[in-house]
Amino acid sequence: MPAFLRLLPAMLLACALSVAQARDPGDLVIGFGADVSSLDPHFLNAVPNVAAAAHLFDALVHVDPDGKLVPGLAVSWQAVDATTWEFKLRRGVKFHDGSDFTAEDVMFSLERPAKVVNSPGPFTSYTRQIASRQIVDPYTVRLKTPAPYGPLPLDLTTIYMVSKKAAANATTEDFNSGRAAVGTGPFKFGAFRRGEAIDLVRNDAYWGGKPAWQHVQLRLLTNDAARTAALLAGDVDAIEAVPTPDIARFRANPALRLEQKVSWRTIFWQMDLSRDQSPFVTDKAGRPLAHNPLRDVRVRAAISKAINRQALVERTMEGLAIATGNIVIPGIVGHVDAIKPDAYDLAGAKRLLAEAGYPDGFALTLHGPNNRYVNDEQVVQTVAQMLTRAGLQTRVETMPLSSYFGRARAGEFSFALLGWGSLAGDSALRSLLATPNPDIGWGGFNWGRYSNPELDRLVRAALGETDAAARAKLAGQAVELAMRDHALVPLYHQYASWVMRKGLSYRARVDEFTLANAFHPQ
Amino acid sequence: MAWYALARLLQALAVLAVMSLLVFAGVYALGNPVDLLVDPNAGAADYARRVAALGLDQPLWVQYARFVVGLLHGDLGNSFVHGTPALHLIFERMPATLEVSFAALMMALASGVPLGLVAGFKPQSWIGRAIRALSVLGFSLPTFWVGLMFIMLFAVELGWLPAGGRGPTEHVLGIDLSITTLEGWRHLLLPAVNLALFKISLLIRLTAASTQEILRQDYIRFARAKGLHPVRIVGLHVLKNALVPIVTVLGLEFGSLVAFAVVTESVFAWPGMGKLLIDSITLLDRPVVVAYLLVVVLLFVSINFIVDLLYGLLDPRVRLGGAQA
Repeated sequence: MPAFLRLLPAMLLACALSVAQARDPGDLVIGFGADVSSLDPHFLNAVPNVAAAAHLFDALVHVDPDGKLVPGLAVSWQAVDATTWEFKLRRGVKFHDGSDFTAEDVMFSLERPAKVVNSPGPFTSYTRQIASRQIVDPYTVRLKTPAPYGPLPLDLTTIYMVSKKAAANATTEDFNSGRAAVGTGPFKFGAFRRGEAIDLVRNDAYWGGKPAWQHVQLRLLTNDAARTAALLAGDVDAIEAVPTPDIARFRANPALRLEQKVSWRTIFWQMDLSRDQSPFVTDKAGRPLAHNPLRDVRVRAAISKAINRQALVERTMEGLAIATGNIVIPGIVGHVDAIKPDAYDLAGAKRLLAEAGYPDGFALTLHGPNNRYVNDEQVVQTVAQMLTRAGLQTRVETMPLSSYFGRARAGEFSFALLGWGSLAGDSALRSLLATPNPDIGWGGFNWGRYSNPELDRLVRAALGETDAAARAKLAGQAVELAMRDHALVPLYHQYASWVMRKGLSYRARVDEFTLANAFHPQ
Repeated sequence: MAWYALARLLQALAVLAVMSLLVFAGVYALGNPVDLLVDPNAGAADYARRVAALGLDQPLWVQYARFVVGLLHGDLGNSFVHGTPALHLIFERMPATLEVSFAALMMALASGVPLGLVAGFKPQSWIGRAIRALSVLGFSLPTFWVGLMFIMLFAVELGWLPAGGRGPTEHVLGIDLSITTLEGWRHLLLPAVNLALFKISLLIRLTAASTQEILRQDYIRFARAKGLHPVRIVGLHVLKNALVPIVTVLGLEFGSLVAFAVVTESVFAWPGMGKLLIDSITLLDRPVVVAYLLVVVLLFVSINFIVDLLYGLLDPRVRLGGAQA
């Protein structure tokens, strides 16, 4: 067996050779926590795909680490009239193949998402508002919307600009092979090994300044233990999505450095607010109730008061969250500083329940995912216990996301946990609490089918406002209205964490994205 | 012989048909991947277009019929999540899994059989007892835990080997292999040993039991009486006879190594088929799940077939198909 004999020495050497390979100081290896299914930036609208694409491509508008919109490939944008947005493009930007970035590429990139027909999760909800596109000059484009639409710049942060020359007629596979993966981003395509790693090479001509790293490898380490081990063994320089139980240990490790930031993700409860008989609300003997108590605002207020958010955040979340009464995090359009988290008040909760006609409580099943959010299953259990103290009889049912979202969408639950990341309160409300209207894509995650014409009006007004200050005011009013009505029960904003070896720093981001360009040697 | 092969083939086809139907219906019942993947702000029209583009708007039997028609044309459909042919995804990952499974099998053979022979020869000695104790340990420790301990010891504490992933690959006969390089072996070693542990224990026990059985046989006593050298007795008479059950089990075990390397692949971030399967199940990527299981069934059937043929070679009493007593 000559082939085997040839391999034998290599095998023996592998046992003997025990020197860990030192990496070049210009190289950076990052452990991603989720699988990237494609490098086609218009194929699947999922966070890992978008985060990976951000290395190769740029959008017209970028998001800074705090969630503010900043110039990307567009240096400025403004609404020239109520239904027209004008974007001034950055001059002198080159694609990785050396060709110029112009308005033609913008036109092509805005049209392409609708043409990726086999996409299971398309980007069209971000381009749908654009009714017509016009090139004013090679560095100015105008986009018309059928109705006034304020969040267009925000929507365009997720639409990456590809090269018309390289990507015309390109399939998703052409992006994965690198042939069409020609962007203007800080790194060029090196290799894409599906399920394993993405190799990137520095784009020396990057318009945003030369990146600090010559070679970057994004390793797809979806298993928590494998990701942690890779960091501890020095195989990778940094990891994202740090498993909660390990955070304390990492913090104490002098060879490592932890970076954290409040993430845009808010965790809250959606309640069945439309049906008079809800499937998982009964009396304590399991018989159906005359009416659905969750439709009574006093009951919802009581539930909110019965939740000890401080304990939840400190114990169950191990300090990796901050309690909230809002829908979006501070500093984001639609965050209202005046709204504080409901204070824990067990007596008040019981009083409200009695007032609503449920002095002895009722029985409620809480549903949640068990593999989606940080400690999600434990959070559901904790809240169930807190509600038990207020006199409710609770049951807990958690399941994998793959069956959870489908069932929740179908309205199978009465009280269900959801997490939502958004950079605008009005956009968040449009998905979460606006009256469901599939034709226009409103209320897509309004599981409880809440419907309030006044809220719809405010959300529509905010989304239709192109003046930033006026829009923020309207969005704030909408959030206030929803919170006053306890249309959902907010719990907390979770923290996003990154761990890296000593000697590196990372500008942690609210949107939880991991970008190689935001790592720097200290 | 031809009859035998034909009967085997028909059996295999029946298994494949039942299997595909079960998996198809199972994943269908679990949910709709578009619910997981589509943007929540997508309008109803957009949603419906996506569902229709993936063919999920059709009743189950139509979807299955389409799948069967595709299958007959050698097309197992495109992955919902990756947008590439499901078979392509699986074959892309297959070398990695085969590599680690094959390495594990070789390690198991190279260490399990000799240790088993020793334990069979000297069951009462301290070394025989030690080997048996070790094999119990190998059986009872959970794979993922041992894998994590390996990583903690060899990668984190000692820093000798990488904590996971696959080494650089080289093109060998059109397949990407990592076993041709030193770096490749450094990556392969821990997952392969981890995967091999259970099989080593199995082989030790199997070999030891057969050895003890064979040692009591008359022909061994005659061989000894004849004054044959012990090496010849063990090497020819004992080993050859002990190999019959080992080959049977080994075939099946190789199949299970390939199919169920899932745990080891997850712990060591080994980019094989098992990891693909897990990721696909989470995202309800039905074409990949179905294609994977079909490939695995096919693998099992072929291995069994080969094992039956080998049987005939090792044991002249076994005659396939023919009933001439």
